[in-house]
Amino acid sequence: MTTLLAGRQARTGLALALPSVALILVFFWGPVLYGLWLSLTDFDVYAIADPSTARFIGLGNYAHAFVEADFWNALRITLVYALVGAPVSVAVSLAAALLVDAKTTRWKPFFRAIYFAPVVTTLVAVAIVWRYLYQPQYGLVNALLGKLGIARVDWLGDPHWALPAILVLAVWKNFGYNLLIFVAGLQNVPRELHEAAELDGASGWQRFWNVTLPDLAPVFLFVSVTTVINYFQLFAEPYVMTQGGPLKSTTSLVLLMYEQGFRWWRLGYAAALAFILFAVILAATAVQMRLQQQERRA
Amino acid sequence: MRRAAAVSMLAALVASLTVVLAGCAASRPGPVTLRMWAMGREGEVVGELARDFERAHPGIHVEVQQIPWTAAHEKLLTAHVGGSLPDVGQLGNSWISEFGTLKALMPLDPWLARGGLTRDDYFGGIWDTNVLDGVTYGVPWYVDTRLLFYRKDMLARAGYASMPTDWKGWKECLRALKQRGGPGHYGIFLPTNEWMTPVVLGLQSGSPLLADGGTRGAFREPEYRRAFEYYLGMFREGLAPAIGFNEIANKYQELARGTFAMMVTGPWELGEFTRRLPDSLQSQWSTAVMPGPDGPGASFAGGSSLVMFHGTKHPDEAWELVKFLSEPAQQVRFWRLTGDLPARREAWADTALTADARTRAFGEQLTRTEPCPMVPEWEEIATRVYEQADRAIRGATSADSALATLDRLVDKMLEKRRWIASRRAAGTRRS
Repeated sequence: MTTLLAGRQARTGLALALPSVALILVFFWGPVLYGLWLSLTDFDVYAIADPSTARFIGLGNYAHAFVEADFWNALRITLVYALVGAPVSVAVSLAAALLVDAKTTRWKPFFRAIYFAPVVTTLVAVAIVWRYLYQPQYGLVNALLGKLGIARVDWLGDPHWALPAILVLAVWKNFGYNLLIFVAGLQNVPRELHEAAELDGASGWQRFWNVTLPDLAPVFLFVSVTTVINYFQLFAEPYVMTQGGPLKSTTSLVLLMYEQGFRWWRLGYAAALAFILFAVILAATAVQMRLQQQERRA
Repeated sequence: MRRAAAVSMLAALVASLTVVLAGCAASRPGPVTLRMWAMGREGEVVGELARDFERAHPGIHVEVQQIPWTAAHEKLLTAHVGGSLPDVGQLGNSWISEFGTLKALMPLDPWLARGGLTRDDYFGGIWDTNVLDGVTYGVPWYVDTRLLFYRKDMLARAGYASMPTDWKGWKECLRALKQRGGPGHYGIFLPTNEWMTPVVLGLQSGSPLLADGGTRGAFREPEYRRAFEYYLGMFREGLAPAIGFNEIANKYQELARGTFAMMVTGPWELGEFTRRLPDSLQSQWSTAVMPGPDGPGASFAGGSSLVMFHGTKHPDEAWELVKFLSEPAQQVRFWRLTGDLPARREAWADTALTADARTRAFGEQLTRTEPCPMVPEWEEIATRVYEQADRAIRGATSADSALATLDRLVDKMLEKRRWIASRRAAGTRRS
């Protein structure tokens, strides 16, 4: 009787789960496995015209990536995006969240909306405005720097400045999202703890360090993991602002992958780059989790 | 669950659309709508020519879509893969080999055979950029080539009334300019991160650049080596500064200052020079054909072609449009609108084009142009050409090893073509 019931339940459960499972199989695992297979072939422009010219080459694409200067260049730039951009972004989000959440702040919803606005704005539209700001001759950024007596910088045209310029844009565009999460986290920090700390004579900084931050730890982990992953996958900002230039100084791994795949039609190689990036992100996330665990144990 | 509903709705929508489209196809004998894609400035003005075409062909309506150059390549490729290419289009002629290989283009030979246009109507080198493995995929629309822009006054001071026309004279002239200018001054600006000049010199020297049907690099062969040595000499003797175009703030300003007296560049510069050089120099600059190893040499055959895309339902109407835009009168009109140089020889009979000496040099250069190798990999190979040249210029490697490296890199890139060629050869042997 019970096994019969269990069997019927299992069947119902399976039937209910089937649509989603099927969709996930078809639209997620299908492409992923196809991509993995693609990364083991030399699928290219000739193969698009005649699929029989695609050859299985094992790990050839991966081996090729590791000797290619463009790959190492893109990996280095991607690491800069992830290791500089992500922490800056998280720090800006947290700082802004503290301001928005501060007891003395008025019109909190207004500020939340303002800071969140860039997140929901189309990047292409934003890019046009930022290109005006960065314009070397008439741009607002250089005009302001000029007032301070700093010489003009060709923000997007100079290989040394293009990367920082893109990072500033990316941080500005994305910090609002984490800000909302931080604000929600801050509101969950019990007021009594702050009041108790205040009675004990803790300064603002001490309260932040010993009350706010420990309570925010789970939120912090979530935010830093997702942000680092997002910055590893940075694509649209350099794509619309600089197309990866000048001198490939802003080409991220995803942008390189896009170029190799959709400009030169080396889809096999591009797929291999995607899996390398996946491995890099997986490793980076594992390191973050490990660090956070150690922190908690300490 | 909502996703599933959306999918079924989409399916229903697609089904109904198919019915509608089928209905359209059945009752077609109305006016034909031709879709045309054109890039940049050409896309802006071609509509004006298309209106005249419509007046002459009442049954045909032309719908022009303008595509920015920066997005053109991707848009064309995704449209090809997605099966949504238009009927007619403008295609940069360096892309012909790629889109021809992809089978995205319609072979034009049947229409050409029916009369109207032949290779002889055009500058030969430009026409050849449209021919891939003996099949013609495009008709040249406008041309782009490179030649010398120089300062007459500086040449005169160095003792030259006009630009020399061979390699030996060219280098001597540069030496004279360098000597007069002194330190910090050069004869010519050749950006080290541009492939045009080393490639053009190679073509002039008789190098095919690629050997064996575009399956191997031919950069170590004596023809290319001779050109490469000549090119390197310009930098080793200090006749050209060893800098790329990112390392120079404003080349027009440097030319006006006399930092160098000449540069190799293209037709758009006719307008730029007029706009950017100071008034005092306006009568002092000119253009000259590329010097060659022994007398006037060839240059690069660039520009755009008119193509018909595979899968067009109105090939005859599309061909009418291609023919119309290729008429000499339309070519001259197009030149007036855009400044793009006509590809058709007859159009150059127009006095306006030949009246200006600076433009006339382009007309003369066009009679001597050479196509770059017709392989989809060319754009990338060209990048390697200047990268290796740059290494040799900066002394990071010798000329010999730079060329050996270049051949090795190019051979690696072309491995797929060798494999396909050998497979094809094996296939024909078997059958």
